[in-house]
Amino acid sequence: MKYNETAKVLENREFSAGYRYLTVEAPKQAAEMQPGQFVHIRVPTLETSALRRPFSVFDAQDGKVTVLYKEVGRGTAALSKVQPGETVEIQGPLGRGFPAKCDGVALLVGGGFGVAPLHFLAKRLPRSILFVGGRTKGDLLALDKFEALGVEMKVSTNDGSLGYKGFVVGPLDETINELRAKGEKFELFTCGPDGLLKAVTERALALKVPGWISVDRHMICGMGACFACIQKTVRGNSRCCIEGPVFKAEELVW
Amino acid sequence: MVNMAVNLGGFTMRSPVATASGTFGYGHEYRDIVDYSKLGAVTAKGVRMEPWPGNAMMRHAEVPGGLVNAIGLQGMGVKHFLERDMMIYSLVKNAPPVIVNIWGGSEDEYAQVAETLSTAGKPQIGALEMNVSCPNVKAGGHTFGQDPKVLFSVVSKVRAATRLPLIVKLAPNVPSIAPYVKACEDAGADALSLINTIPAMVIDIEKRVPVLGNRTGGLSGRCVHPVAVKVVYDAHKVSKLPILAMGGVYEAKDAIEFLLAGASAVAIGTATFSAPDTAAKVYDGISDYCERHGFESVGELTGALCES
Repeated sequence: MKYNETAKVLENREFSAGYRYLTVEAPKQAAEMQPGQFVHIRVPTLETSALRRPFSVFDAQDGKVTVLYKEVGRGTAALSKVQPGETVEIQGPLGRGFPAKCDGVALLVGGGFGVAPLHFLAKRLPRSILFVGGRTKGDLLALDKFEALGVEMKVSTNDGSLGYKGFVVGPLDETINELRAKGEKFELFTCGPDGLLKAVTERALALKVPGWISVDRHMICGMGACFACIQKTVRGNSRCCIEGPVFKAEELVW
Repeated sequence: MVNMAVNLGGFTMRSPVATASGTFGYGHEYRDIVDYSKLGAVTAKGVRMEPWPGNAMMRHAEVPGGLVNAIGLQGMGVKHFLERDMMIYSLVKNAPPVIVNIWGGSEDEYAQVAETLSTAGKPQIGALEMNVSCPNVKAGGHTFGQDPKVLFSVVSKVRAATRLPLIVKLAPNVPSIAPYVKACEDAGADALSLINTIPAMVIDIEKRVPVLGNRTGGLSGRCVHPVAVKVVYDAHKVSKLPILAMGGVYEAKDAIEFLLAGASAVAIGTATFSAPDTAAKVYDGISDYCERHGFESVGELTGALCES
């Protein structure tokens, strides 16, 4: 069931330069939200005719829904001005999320704010390892939250300012090789820029392991009605808002 | 109690408020969050005979007061629509009849899809709406709707293929709407939908490329409303064909302007994306207006402009 709720804002806090957590009171959606699903938020500080903005869910529990966002454009800049105590209209839970189970170790591969749905997912899975990369250590988000969940983390930065120097696939490939040598099962879960999604898709297909790829697209309706948020798949042009955002690796055509 | 029912060229609507093609999927997608009881019709997204992939990404760009889209009529074809979408739609609570928007690459395809829908035995289908703003493959890609002779020909063919109430949706970007309205009337159309989107383009100046994958698209939303009101006004002056008006209806005031300009009903389009409850609010607002101004029936508003 999808809902459109008028939700009280509980926090809208900048936790790192340009990145914020927005937490709202949306009990119906919080109760049914699955990791990988998203919400569509009407930004009250924009004109009333402005389109809604879609956000991956970072956390949903106790009647509250949290998203992690970056101020990248007009909508998110306006959203950052919303004060706790004010309300926003929020539509959700939307889209097809990650599966609720994982056979073996869950390898979570995140880029930028793509870590958001992986955090919610990590809460539900018994054993996961987070691979997270960025240009520099300031791009690595919410590491404290993953640490609090007890998730093992493999961090990489292009400039070497934190963790492994290079791309996130470096440590990922090392771990994959170790797990394979030990005969341990694993699945891949990813969210981030298209380049990263492609790299993880290729690995899932080559290794014949389940790969769950969350695709980020601009959206209009979020409900499957407008056909704006397309990703090429084996079925043709698929709508990310209802057929995704999470696709199986073998469904995607890059 | 205001009588809110209207008659759109033989198509009876319990409410003067519908949804517009392309903004409400195939009618069922919004079923969890929209109250359908105040809708007089929903208009399904354009259907043709065969599946069609649509345009490359990006398919939309938000602009001040509006939206430019170039979806490209993606769809699974009429068979899928009848079997799957109409099946799901039959489960929607309080659902009104469906106006099916149709299109084709040739006159024959228009007629074929009209006939297929008319003979499918689906009681939910209440009317057909022709999109004549798509390219005519045989005529080098010119749209069917841009030449009154071609328009007359394609509407005549569809008229012969269906007994369902037939609505023709016209483009606003013509010097005068009158010859197009006349062509539809002469061809036996029952009603008009006004307006389709306005051709538009958005450029990314940093990359120096068009934003849309299709390069150009169609403008909708609040900013097109005054343009649409004038087209409705012009069409109503020259024809008795009932008009379903769309273009920037966000609140009851916008809908009432359309009715006073000559429309019999209105459709909510782009507004649904930001506020899915727009149709219900517009319905309530029209009803309140009628009560305040002493109209017993919403039909009395059609063309009720006081002009000296």
